[in-house]
Amino acid sequence: MISFKDVSKHYPNGTTAVDHLSLELPEGGITVLVGSSGCGKTTTLRMVNRMVEPSSGTVSVDGRDVLEADAAELRRGIGYVIQQAGLFPHRTILDNIATVPLLLGWGRRKARARAAELLELVGLPADSGKRYPHQLSGGQQQRVGVARALAADPPVLLMDEPFGAVDPVVRTQLQNELLRLQGELRKTVVFVTHDIDEAVRLGDRIAVFRTGGHLVQCAPPAELLAAPADDFVAGFLGAERGLKLLSLSTLADVPQQPVPADGERWRLVTSGRGEPLGWRDTEGPDGDRAPLLPVRPLRDGDSLLAALDESLASPAGLVARVDADGVLTGVTGRDRIHEHAGRRRAEASRADGGRAEAGRAEAGRADAGRTETGRADAGRTDAGQADAGRTDAGQANTGHTKAGRADVPGNAPGSAPEADDVPDVTA
Amino acid sequence: MTIDWGWFPDHQDDLVTLTLDHLSTAVPAVLLGLLIALPLAVIAHRVRPLRGLLLGISNVLFTIPSIAIFVLLLPVTGLTRTTAVTGLTIYTLVVLLRNTVEGLDSVPAKVREASTAMGARPLRTLLTVELPLAFPVIMAGVRVATVMAISLVSVASYIGYGGLGQLFTDGFQRNYPTPVVAGVVLSLLLALVADAVLVTVQWLCTPWLRRRA
Repeated sequence: MISFKDVSKHYPNGTTAVDHLSLELPEGGITVLVGSSGCGKTTTLRMVNRMVEPSSGTVSVDGRDVLEADAAELRRGIGYVIQQAGLFPHRTILDNIATVPLLLGWGRRKARARAAELLELVGLPADSGKRYPHQLSGGQQQRVGVARALAADPPVLLMDEPFGAVDPVVRTQLQNELLRLQGELRKTVVFVTHDIDEAVRLGDRIAVFRTGGHLVQCAPPAELLAAPADDFVAGFLGAERGLKLLSLSTLADVPQQPVPADGERWRLVTSGRGEPLGWRDTEGPDGDRAPLLPVRPLRDGDSLLAALDESLASPAGLVARVDADGVLTGVTGRDRIHEHAGRRRAEASRADGGRAEAGRAEAGRADAGRTETGRADAGRTDAGQADAGRTDAGQANTGHTKAGRADVPGNAPGSAPEADDVPDVTA
Repeated sequence: MTIDWGWFPDHQDDLVTLTLDHLSTAVPAVLLGLLIALPLAVIAHRVRPLRGLLLGISNVLFTIPSIAIFVLLLPVTGLTRTTAVTGLTIYTLVVLLRNTVEGLDSVPAKVREASTAMGARPLRTLLTVELPLAFPVIMAGVRVATVMAISLVSVASYIGYGGLGQLFTDGFQRNYPTPVVAGVVLSLLLALVADAVLVTVQWLCTPWLRRRA
């Protein structure tokens, strides 16, 4: 587990990269640090393996202050993936991957054998091991970067915009691969990106940073999207954050309807095996010979967002549903998807509000251990209440802000929801 | 100008001896130059304020006329091969130092950083990442320095260690062109062969630059 305790980083030229950061990253989860450039997210990441040393405060990995460890040894125990992979151009792929095992003194034979295993793990053909980095595509190089970071099986993986330099299709592939690997390996991953969609996709928790090195909010994606702590976070999430929320729910519990019978206007044409091929407009001028219009069949594991999109794209207004083998099982109408999406969004907001309240109530007991920010907040609220001249609207406003804020301390170190999360993951 | 072809068979042994003599002044000079330039270049590369100073000094040394260098060294090292080698070393320094610094500069920051982040200590990063990647640029310097050293050896015939250059002195003194031509052709050939050897060494040492996808 990685923890930041009141960490700041100032540079000699007077800039503050990170400002009084307190954050706990739970074991075995992906924490994504997001924010616009210059917000201190990369500096934060690099303080974990001492590529940057904090000016004040403590960064610890597994309870041990990183400054107490030997920097080189510490780094050998922490995987690191950087943008454009940063591979060694003069070493073969196999030797690139074997870097850390060799530094650890495993010996060349064992290190190479391990590298060959990893090549397979990240989905690269065995014969690519003898090649040099420039002979691989950007996406493949990035896979090698991940393999190199995983070679010595470190418990912690730092990833600094690892997929920033590849095209969107490859990026999606790499993201899927990362999620697959993470499902197998359960590393503690710190992932830096400026792409909020990537953050929502990958993160178990997302930490939003603001210029000047302030952590604004750290929460699971659904909570973040449903209840951004302030206007900055809301702005960063973008106007479509409601839609992004839908990307987190699956289609599984949206009921299916029977496929339109023959004789209705739109017919869903399927293959012999029952895979949907396309929609045919039987009432069009060409009748039964009309060309097929495209269909994008969805499985239960696909997101509500994908369903919403397909419901808009489908000429019939129906989403074709298939099982794991791609065989048609039914359809779902546009109205039903809209209704479901709306309900899911409302639920998310409500559930989140409730959780925040509960978190606060439980945290009450642990208040003594609250961070300074928490206390400062309380002080400010008191001052607000003491303000006699405040109107009702003003008070309501304060209340609202407080509820919103509850998210921040709620996920700050030592508070209740956090404490609940940790044993859950380690169990 | 007529070439006396009969001179060659009579002086075959001399020519071999002089060629080896030529090489045994030029090669140590380049190796010594490299030995001095490498650490200096690493310092110049890492400590920015020293870079200008070191490159400046090597530039100034380069501007000293070659005869003058030998004259200046005579009181110190006398009429020995050491004087010849030292003089040439000073000349190779400027090329070797500059190229090695440039070679180290050309290593992408990301790659250097990746090595550090993987847990390599600075010396290991230097030896296994920076120098191999700087190698082609350093080798370009070594090639220039080698060719330069081979051509400059002749100047050292002034102190008796001129290798093939002795043939020039001999030919001029006797107003007999054949040894002069032999000396010119042989040192030219020597330079070409040395360069070819270095190109081959570089090719063998940089497999990653061979297969351009």
